[in-house]
Amino acid sequence: MDFAVFLVQCLNALQYGLLLFLVASGLTLIFGILGVINLAHGSFYMIGAYLAYALAPWAAQYLGGGFFTALAIGLVLSVVFGYLLEWGFISYLYQREHLQQVLMTYGLILVFEELRSILVGDDVHGVAAPAWLAGSVQLGSVMTYPVYRLFMSGVCILVGLALYAVIARTRIGMAIRAGASNREMVQSLGVDIRLLYRIVFAAGVALAVFAGMIASPVSSVYPGMGNQVLIISFVVVVIGGIGSVRGALFASLLVGLVDTFGKVLIPQTAGILVYVLMAAILLWRPEGLFRAG
Amino acid sequence: MADSFAARVVPLVVACALLAAFPFVGGKFYVDLMLTTMIFAIFALSLELLVGRTGLVSFGHAAFFGIAAYVTALLSPQSESPSVLWLLPVVLVVTALAALAIGALSLRTRGIYFIMVTLAFAQMAYFVFHDMKFAGGSDGRYLYVKPVLALGPYTLVDFDRPLTFYFATLALLVLVYALLAAIGRSRFGHALSGIKANEQRMRAAGFSTYPYKLAAFVLAGALAGVAGFLYAVKDGYVNPEILAWHQSGTVLLMLILGGIGSLRGAVVGAFLFVVLKELFQSEALFGGFAKHWQLPLGLTIIACVALMPNGIIGLPSQLRRTRVPVPHAG
Repeated sequence: MDFAVFLVQCLNALQYGLLLFLVASGLTLIFGILGVINLAHGSFYMIGAYLAYALAPWAAQYLGGGFFTALAIGLVLSVVFGYLLEWGFISYLYQREHLQQVLMTYGLILVFEELRSILVGDDVHGVAAPAWLAGSVQLGSVMTYPVYRLFMSGVCILVGLALYAVIARTRIGMAIRAGASNREMVQSLGVDIRLLYRIVFAAGVALAVFAGMIASPVSSVYPGMGNQVLIISFVVVVIGGIGSVRGALFASLLVGLVDTFGKVLIPQTAGILVYVLMAAILLWRPEGLFRAG
Repeated sequence: MADSFAARVVPLVVACALLAAFPFVGGKFYVDLMLTTMIFAIFALSLELLVGRTGLVSFGHAAFFGIAAYVTALLSPQSESPSVLWLLPVVLVVTALAALAIGALSLRTRGIYFIMVTLAFAQMAYFVFHDMKFAGGSDGRYLYVKPVLALGPYTLVDFDRPLTFYFATLALLVLVYALLAAIGRSRFGHALSGIKANEQRMRAAGFSTYPYKLAAFVLAGALAGVAGFLYAVKDGYVNPEILAWHQSGTVLLMLILGGIGSLRGAVVGAFLFVVLKELFQSEALFGGFAKHWQLPLGLTIIACVALMPNGIIGLPSQLRRTRVPVPHAG
């Protein structure tokens, strides 16, 4: 493997890992703070991609904007959607057993997939990247790398930094950190826990929807795309430790590296390599690499 | 005491009699559907041991169903009927070993972690059969000849004959049910119940809980293997979708439909699920909408979780509780 190929694979791994982080960070926060196992989280990623596909022509026609207008509208919609979903379904699950959480969110997946099938159909669609990001940059003498992928990584890093700033530096972030390490204590100290739950859930949904939207020009848009992301995100959360955003970041990048280089170096076992990694981590540290907080 | 014994046993005997009589009155399509239902009932019973008895929510139980189905298909010769006497034990041993490996790792975790880890391992098994050439990849693999049970020159059970297959499956269902009922009354079963109720207390009482949980996991995997074996033989075809996580979700759904914590619930749940699925897929009822059958199914799941957390089996007592106010103490 020469250096240019190696560099391209590193960039791919970074981009995939960062995208996973957007999905997994929401998932780990929802686990850690709400105590709910949310199988429907992959559906939010799928909904995001389909939103980008459906909103782009609409935004171009009526608002004169392109991809980014669609992105902004989608983000607002996703926050509202997350808020309503928490109010309508998820809030009934806090006192329930894990099994019932699993089943209700599994039911939600079926509903979302079928609604998607009814509204948009089962075809694979492409989403156009904005024109000024559509080119490639030269790497070495023969390799090129798409600008849009670089842009994606950049955006993910910005979102990650924003997430860090909110969690580490704001009052609500303080409540979130406290909630992740001891839910009952936060409640008894007079934090409006219902509101906090609602905000965390809506933010988690928004992160996953956002990930789906910015991934759509690269991955295209297809049925069942959320399920794959969901299960890999579970692996990320298991490796990183439940409730730990830092752990989610580290584990996402690790999974991105293993998956990307696995596909290049040993393509026969690419599908299972990530799970082998998870098994190894479980042997070593069953609680994941990082503590919550 | 005699009363409660009769109340327990009479419905089971009646159910067995009805199932045994069914092939002689039902049409071919319905007999086939009932056969599928019984196979899924065995599958659901195996998961009941984990979820209902031990309190371990596994979201990867389809792995063992699928591994058994694949091993059955891979080991079946091209032309000559294999004997059940070696095929089924080999299938079950391989499945139990897979369950031992996955269980040993998964049981290092608990709660939400356990759910996610079992799901991830099942997905790993899915990719093993999906990506590996020997298993036929995503196209799956055919099973050309069905096994027989022969003693010397006499063929006792030929799985190629639908009626024989039906009764063999019924017999296996009864056997699995009886085995799990016996476990429920054994010391081992009580230990598992204790782990479900309060694992800390069991440890404090001197039980090393990990081996008990692992034994339950392996046994549940092997029993799911019985269902997987029957499934592969019945359809004569296996593909990676039978290990997919939807299958794990479906079997959990059967449990909650019927009611967690009772063997009857698992069987009733499997039956209810198949009926619901046929209902929602029926073009006569839903027309063109029938291809979106997962939408009403999903809504049913949500309604079930919200309205009857104890399943169909628990519904009478749930209704009684809401209608008759609990008398005040003193």
